[in-house]
Amino acid sequence: MVEGIRSPAESTYWLIQGRMLFLSIHLLGLAGFSYIVAKRLRPLLRGQADVRFDRPVQRLGKVFQFWLGQWRHPRYPGAGILHILVFAGFLLLATRAFSLILGFSDNFFGATLVGHIYEMVREYATTIVFACMVVLAVRRLAFKPERYAVPAKYGKGHTADAVFLLALIAILMLADSVFEASKGAAQAQLGHPAEFLAFLSLPQILENLLAAVPLAGLQRLYLGSYLVHDLTFFFLLCYRPFGIQFHVETSLFSIFFAKLDRGTLKPVRWQVSDQQLDQVKSFGVKTFDDFTWKHMLDFYSCADCGRCSDNCPANAVGRPLSPRFLTIKARDYCFEHYPVLGKASNGVALVGSIYSEDEIWSCTTCGACEQECPLLIEYIDKIVDLRRGLVDECNVPQSLQKPLKALESRGNPYGKMEKKKADWTKSKEFQPDCRVKILDGSSPADTLYFVDSVTSYDDRMQAIAQATAKILDRLGVNFGILGAAEKDSGHEVRRFGEETLFMALRDHNVEAIKASGVQHIVTADPHAYNALKHDYKDVPPVEHISQVIAREVKAGNVTFQRADENKVYTYHDPCYLGRHNDVYDDPRDVLDAIPGMNRVEMARSRDRSFCCGGGGLMLFYEPKEEERIGVKRVQMAVEAGANVIVTACPFCMVNVEDAIKVAGLEGKMTAIDLTELVEKQMVCPRKSEVAVQGG
Amino acid sequence: MEILVCVRRVPDTSENEIALNAAGNDIERDDLVYSINEWDNYAVEEALQIAARVGGSVTVVTVGGEDDEEILRREMAMGATHGVLISDGAFAGSDARGIATILRAFVQKGKYDLILTGVQAEDGGALVGGMLAAMLDYPFASLVNSIEVLDGKTLKISREIAGGNKEVNQIDLPCVLSIQTGINEPRYVGMRGIRQVASIPIPTLGVSELNLDPQLVGLAAAKVQRVDYFTPALGKGAEMLQGSREEIVDKLFELVAAKGGLK
Amino acid sequence: MSRIFAYIVHKAGVADDSALELAAAARIIDPSASLTALVMGSGPELDKVCAALPNTYAEIWKASNESLAYPNAELVRQALVKILPSGSIVLVAHEHFGIDLAPGLSVRMNAACVSDVSGIEGLNGSSLKVVRQEFGGQVSAHVACDISSGAVITFRPGAFKPVETAAANGTVIDKSSEVGVLAAKRRYLETVVAEAGDVDITKHAVLVSIGRGIQEKDNVAMAEELAEALGAAVSCSRPVVDAKWLEKSRQVGTSGKTVKPKVYLACGISGAFQHLAGIKGKPFIIAINKNPKAPIFQVADVGIVDDLLEFLPEFTNKVREMHSLSTK
Repeated sequence: MVEGIRSPAESTYWLIQGRMLFLSIHLLGLAGFSYIVAKRLRPLLRGQADVRFDRPVQRLGKVFQFWLGQWRHPRYPGAGILHILVFAGFLLLATRAFSLILGFSDNFFGATLVGHIYEMVREYATTIVFACMVVLAVRRLAFKPERYAVPAKYGKGHTADAVFLLALIAILMLADSVFEASKGAAQAQLGHPAEFLAFLSLPQILENLLAAVPLAGLQRLYLGSYLVHDLTFFFLLCYRPFGIQFHVETSLFSIFFAKLDRGTLKPVRWQVSDQQLDQVKSFGVKTFDDFTWKHMLDFYSCADCGRCSDNCPANAVGRPLSPRFLTIKARDYCFEHYPVLGKASNGVALVGSIYSEDEIWSCTTCGACEQECPLLIEYIDKIVDLRRGLVDECNVPQSLQKPLKALESRGNPYGKMEKKKADWTKSKEFQPDCRVKILDGSSPADTLYFVDSVTSYDDRMQAIAQATAKILDRLGVNFGILGAAEKDSGHEVRRFGEETLFMALRDHNVEAIKASGVQHIVTADPHAYNALKHDYKDVPPVEHISQVIAREVKAGNVTFQRADENKVYTYHDPCYLGRHNDVYDDPRDVLDAIPGMNRVEMARSRDRSFCCGGGGLMLFYEPKEEERIGVKRVQMAVEAGANVIVTACPFCMVNVEDAIKVAGLEGKMTAIDLTELVEKQMVCPRKSEVAVQGG
Repeated sequence: MEILVCVRRVPDTSENEIALNAAGNDIERDDLVYSINEWDNYAVEEALQIAARVGGSVTVVTVGGEDDEEILRREMAMGATHGVLISDGAFAGSDARGIATILRAFVQKGKYDLILTGVQAEDGGALVGGMLAAMLDYPFASLVNSIEVLDGKTLKISREIAGGNKEVNQIDLPCVLSIQTGINEPRYVGMRGIRQVASIPIPTLGVSELNLDPQLVGLAAAKVQRVDYFTPALGKGAEMLQGSREEIVDKLFELVAAKGGLK
Repeated sequence: MSRIFAYIVHKAGVADDSALELAAAARIIDPSASLTALVMGSGPELDKVCAALPNTYAEIWKASNESLAYPNAELVRQALVKILPSGSIVLVAHEHFGIDLAPGLSVRMNAACVSDVSGIEGLNGSSLKVVRQEFGGQVSAHVACDISSGAVITFRPGAFKPVETAAANGTVIDKSSEVGVLAAKRRYLETVVAEAGDVDITKHAVLVSIGRGIQEKDNVAMAEELAEALGAAVSCSRPVVDAKWLEKSRQVGTSGKTVKPKVYLACGISGAFQHLAGIKGKPFIIAINKNPKAPIFQVADVGIVDDLLEFLPEFTNKVREMHSLSTK
């Protein structure tokens, strides 16, 4: 009870006693919210199982880092800082809101020192949140950041709704401040000891503005602002689950339940082993409730920030894929078919209704979207699941059918004969220089060099195999290759939804690897690296060649000749080495060990690296696009001032060399693989027996 | 509509290098990958699409041996309801006429409204379909690239003729059509699909089940027999330009200019 | 030796080139056998065809019947069965009509049938040994055909050099009355002409032709640039149309267009027969292909073993360079 001014609980609002009115509003609001949330949970209960309750401590760690710590937000500094301020404000004001609503008092901590400090902090928080709302609204209306734009085919813009929400929050802050200010002004007029309002906070400013208002007016403002705050608060509570603001509630959960094992793929069904898969009637996602509950939760949690699509290479070149809208469309589908009011309906095939086939096949699985999302929403697993569904329905684009058939018959997408897989070791220029062992049992080795299809069969990429072999040889690594016994790693086969073919390739390779008796695996192909590391079980540890070289460089076992002074090099991070597996520094350390190396970084590097266009089966797919992804990447190299792009992946090399031609940059830009450059510059090191270590 | 598609397992031209064997009398068969004849695959897809439009089922049949079952399974995984293997030692060495005779005996045991074959096989002569039609006294059309079902008794079809033109015909059922590539986009069949049909029985029919007179088929009855394979002596062929790419580009430019190829 | 008959394909009163090729083939099979031409159709244009046939055809059997106004193989077969003596050898060109006619005809005649013959080794008694290509031309096969009860043989167009055209004075025998009434369960409705497309490749003197070796749709631009520099048009082989990288109107071949350019650049084209059959006249053929064993090198005048994706842009630059030099 505040002296001199009547509290809302004790007042009468249009003949209804305050206490009763607010109790009703609170109860209705909470009941409404509970009902809505229960309805929103319905589809999740029908969704597929997902294993997300393991490793709770690690999950809590993620909550601290990404939810409380807002770790991803500063990647877009403007919006990021603003959101951090708003989020911090929300947390600080939450206790205030609850205390107001539950009617304990308007100061949860009481008239203690902590209480006073909290009050001051709280008043600034209210001010800052209010100011942020104004700034954010201006941003939306006047500056219109591109990533918020909604292309016509996806419907009308989201700006009105966004501004509406910003306005509601602003009203909350304003109402709260008026509540404070009017009380303070009344107390001043009545000559009572006033609560000290934080200097230049919104409540304090308003208090000064309201100083001259007569007491009766202040009383009305006091009671009115409480009502407005209450109504707005509960309206927002019940409105949020109908749109992107639902992330306020769901973000904690989407982050807690986020995927812990990067680089891995969701199995066809959780808790169903490979051997049991024959009993599964349908593979992949065809209708909405084929999604797991966590994926459905992801659809609810999207804040429509557009960061994913802003970094998506497919989106950048005009392919029909936009990760943001993949999520928004699914969310809208869910809202429509599992409405809060009305009956649930389902069973519609998603591809063909909300998604197009080209949209689903356009993804290069680069992971840029997942890297950006502040809510840790997953995309790759969903795309792979949708592809599994299409494959299960025999709906595979013609351009992919031929390489898939070739992979089935010959173990590589080119249809080349198995016995020719090791032909690169027999070329006239190479063979005298370097003998490469075939691990067929006659001469064992400690390390397997897993070459994979493109490097073995492509005329141009064979140079990478030869360079890698020479490097391993000079480093004294006791290695061999599987030769005809090696089939494609199946990395893209799996990511294009052909799980059964992938398992056949994987099982064959695992057997061959085990039979060879090697203790370590090394590869120059990041896709093979990722497959051997994450998709394959029970194989020796695998490293990428850059990690091996970097280790030797650090140990002082390798020296290099001076680099060409006329060349400016830039390193392009392959998606499956960098972003998916966090190997950023080893290739750079190797390059920087070359004396006289002029190296520049592209604006988009490390985990912001821009995909080259994709590897494996993606090289066969013919998407509808305005330009090639690789061309955009090569232009970034030009902008960085480079004239040589260093790649560490054969597929990057294919795409980059192709893009240089298409972009008309021949003569101005060249590409070289890390292994080719190292082999060229390397001065023979001490030949100590070195073993490749596990990664 | 009951549709029968006659299919054949052949060495896959895109995944093999077809070369003579060491003895020089046959192709090297050691490392060959086999698959369904490409034209036949288009025919099965067309049959499936027709059956989906007008109702009915698709049967695939092949004359061969155990090894040929795999393509029957593949087409059943695509959607064919029945697969039949016609196999008997007596059939070995049959020429196209012999194969058509065998297939005729099979067709007469059932009741099919429409019979499809591919235009030709990689190692075949585009003969079996036409012969089968004549033996059954059904009308025939080859090089079909579009089929429209008019009613239960007639089809409107178009044939691929010279210049990219299409010859449109009306043909009565039952009939035999040979199907050209590009008529449709065949659906994908994966290993999983094949596993799912792995346990469906494929009956094997021989001489006795078909009431065939063995004298009419097999090597002895074949009027056309392959004697051997060979690679023809190469003629002079093209003058191959030698040198670095730059040199070749220059030489080629001169040649094109000399022949009036520049604007 | 039985009589040899050659079925003459004709249009608007003009016989197809195959008429002379079949005569050449008949000569090789048995130089002593009498050769009869079969000219079937309807109306006065038949006489024009008969009159123009060379005297290698000692006899010309003409059959005019209303139902044969359009060559429907089902009806032609019926007519032939009525007029051909048993044990006859019938030669037909292996193209869309021959493919339709031959197999059924051989069954009705109870004769052997061998198709797409590209060479004749010789006749040994009643065993005729011929050459066929298989697996897209990658290997050839010798095939023995027992012609004792007759045969229907289809020949690969262009495989046999036409005989010299001596004066035409073969005896024309009218067989129309023996044909009688014809009825079939297949009826011709109409011919739909292929869409014109934006470019008429038959009108260009220089063609840059691409095949499977172009690898993907985006690379077609490379060929277009070269064509532009040369003032040529881009044409292609069948796989490019099947993959929908170019429209059908650009296809050269048996089921595409027939072209008679001065210069023909075959880029990434293997040289399958069906494609080459669309090239007439004697153009200067340049073949660029990664595979030194590609059959195209047998028919080309000049061959270049190289990756066309690398070669074309360089050649285009050269052409442009020389063009700008000459226009200065």
